[in-house]
Amino acid sequence: MSTFNTFTSTAFPLAVENIDTDQIIPARFLKATDREGFGENLFRDWRYHKDGSENTDFVLNHQQYSGSILVAGHNFGCGSSREHAAWALKDFGFNVIISSFYADIFKGNALNNHVLPIQVAPEYLNSLLQAIQKNPSTEIEVNLEAQTVSFGTHNATFDIDPYKKMCLQKGYDDIDFLVSKLSKIEAFEQQHIY
Amino acid sequence: MKKTLFDKVWDSHVVDSIPNGPQILYIDKHLIHEVTSPQAFNELKRRNIPVFRPKQIVATADHNTPTENQHLPIKDALSRNQLEKLQQNCDEHNIELYALGHEYNGIVHVMAPELGITQPGMTLVCGDSHTSTHGAFGAIAFGIGTSQVAQVFASQSLLLKKPKKMRITVNGSLRKNVLSKDVILYIISKLGTDSGTEHFIEFAGEVFENMSMEGRMTVCNMSIEMGARGGMIAPDETTFAYVAGRKFAPKGADFDTKIAHWKTLKTDASAEFDIEYTFDASDITPMITFGTNPGMGIQLTENIPTGKDVNLEKSLEYMNFEKGASLLGQKVNYVFIGSCTNSRIEDFRVVADYVKGKQKASNINAWLVPGSQLVAKQIKEEGLDEIFEASGFKLRQPGCSACLAMNDDKIPDGEYCVSTSNRNFEGRQGQGSRTLLASPLVAAATAIAGKIVDITIPVLEEV
Repeated sequence: MSTFNTFTSTAFPLAVENIDTDQIIPARFLKATDREGFGENLFRDWRYHKDGSENTDFVLNHQQYSGSILVAGHNFGCGSSREHAAWALKDFGFNVIISSFYADIFKGNALNNHVLPIQVAPEYLNSLLQAIQKNPSTEIEVNLEAQTVSFGTHNATFDIDPYKKMCLQKGYDDIDFLVSKLSKIEAFEQQHIY
Repeated sequence: MKKTLFDKVWDSHVVDSIPNGPQILYIDKHLIHEVTSPQAFNELKRRNIPVFRPKQIVATADHNTPTENQHLPIKDALSRNQLEKLQQNCDEHNIELYALGHEYNGIVHVMAPELGITQPGMTLVCGDSHTSTHGAFGAIAFGIGTSQVAQVFASQSLLLKKPKKMRITVNGSLRKNVLSKDVILYIISKLGTDSGTEHFIEFAGEVFENMSMEGRMTVCNMSIEMGARGGMIAPDETTFAYVAGRKFAPKGADFDTKIAHWKTLKTDASAEFDIEYTFDASDITPMITFGTNPGMGIQLTENIPTGKDVNLEKSLEYMNFEKGASLLGQKVNYVFIGSCTNSRIEDFRVVADYVKGKQKASNINAWLVPGSQLVAKQIKEEGLDEIFEASGFKLRQPGCSACLAMNDDKIPDGEYCVSTSNRNFEGRQGQGSRTLLASPLVAAATAIAGKIVDITIPVLEEV
């Protein structure tokens, strides 16, 4: 896993609330048996018309927007547990999502794939969305160590579980940790009721 | 300290706690299926680590399986490949698999409770958000991502932060024609799809105490649609009677010991919750959704909300509905009775009871899809299949089917479907499909009438 700490990027504004995992990656693309290649179908039914042509109204198709940050509406990632949603976002090139609220399973999936879900206040989110829409070259600075996000003169702090922060910074993951605890898990099993 | 049901089950599964960090939670049962497991098996292979406790894993094929001609090879090459991968992985790691055609095959959240795999006080996980279903037994059950599936393969444990606790109490008696699906659709419509996030919900009160296990499973199944990690209901005599005698249920003296333990699994008086809500059963009438998330629900006789809201407008545009309109009389061409929410025997009994002696409307394509082979068998044993046939319905073979349309059962572009499944998201039942979530009874009434009709019982007729 790659590590990350601070970086600066422009962003795509997707001001829709309750974006569910079926929109992020529709079920018909879940038939793959590896993790790669989901980016081409990210937001498939919003990005493309039914005849396969590009939907020029959709923000990911707007030439003026670019970058590795997605700024999205409240309750992002609700619905399914499919980790394919996090894989699709990462495969497309997003390292950071900024929203005012996340669904739990999506948030965990994103972190496990080293995509950082930053939660900010609704007012901050609104001003960020407006700033990007007004000026698509708006740069957003993310500092994981300091847990801050900023654009122009607007600064905000965000919360992250200290353990997850360490995983992101060191490129570490839960399997490594759990496997190191197997003897403790075996001892637990000896006195466990089931 | 006074403990809630959730505390009791959670705390008894904590292997270790990391200071200022997550806890290691031991998982009793890991359920897997073809869609979210292949990448986890690959991850183990890549790291060259074995499956730690294969006997605590049970696999089934459900998401991709066809509902017709299950004896023939699956036509779709990608679906076939995913099912073959599951078979190979289970063979390689000595995991029990109920493959297509097996007498125990079925939707993971239907077959596990039926076989007695799901028991009170357990922790269960699955790479599927509707794992919350199993909480109906007083278990902690929740959906996980594929990275976590790999973690459980490697250690039979997960690293987690303990969620917060919510209690939703519904007291009183339900009106006639109001089913468990209406109760949960009502609760979500009142609280919203993000209301349960970061919480485990305990459903309490007379309504849930009087509910069958099937009804409790429907409620807990949809707790994820409030954003909750899971829902739970304290185990009681209804639970014990359901578990008793099932294939993997404890037997004899072991069962008695377990029951003694299960009886302790209830929230202590004065135990505290982070948040509580209370509803009155008499306020609930049959429900239907009009929008593109499960929180966009109204009572059948209500009108679609008005008001300026971009999300409401976006969803009404997709559904081609008008603000302030009634859904009564709305023509529908599809009815789907199935999914891990409503494909249990009780659901088919409700449908059979309503459609007996009536004829399906000619414009309706009705898909009746049992949740498992055992449900399909029971439908035949009880003669419900004959009632369906006489009414013009066709019973299909078990699987997830048109709930998420990974198989051939897709609602065509622009068509309306009254569905007993759990999600009305854009394109969920097929690209461009328009889903209205409802109870099996509302779905059955729609299939007979060919349109949405009022099955609410006026208050004046009540005794």
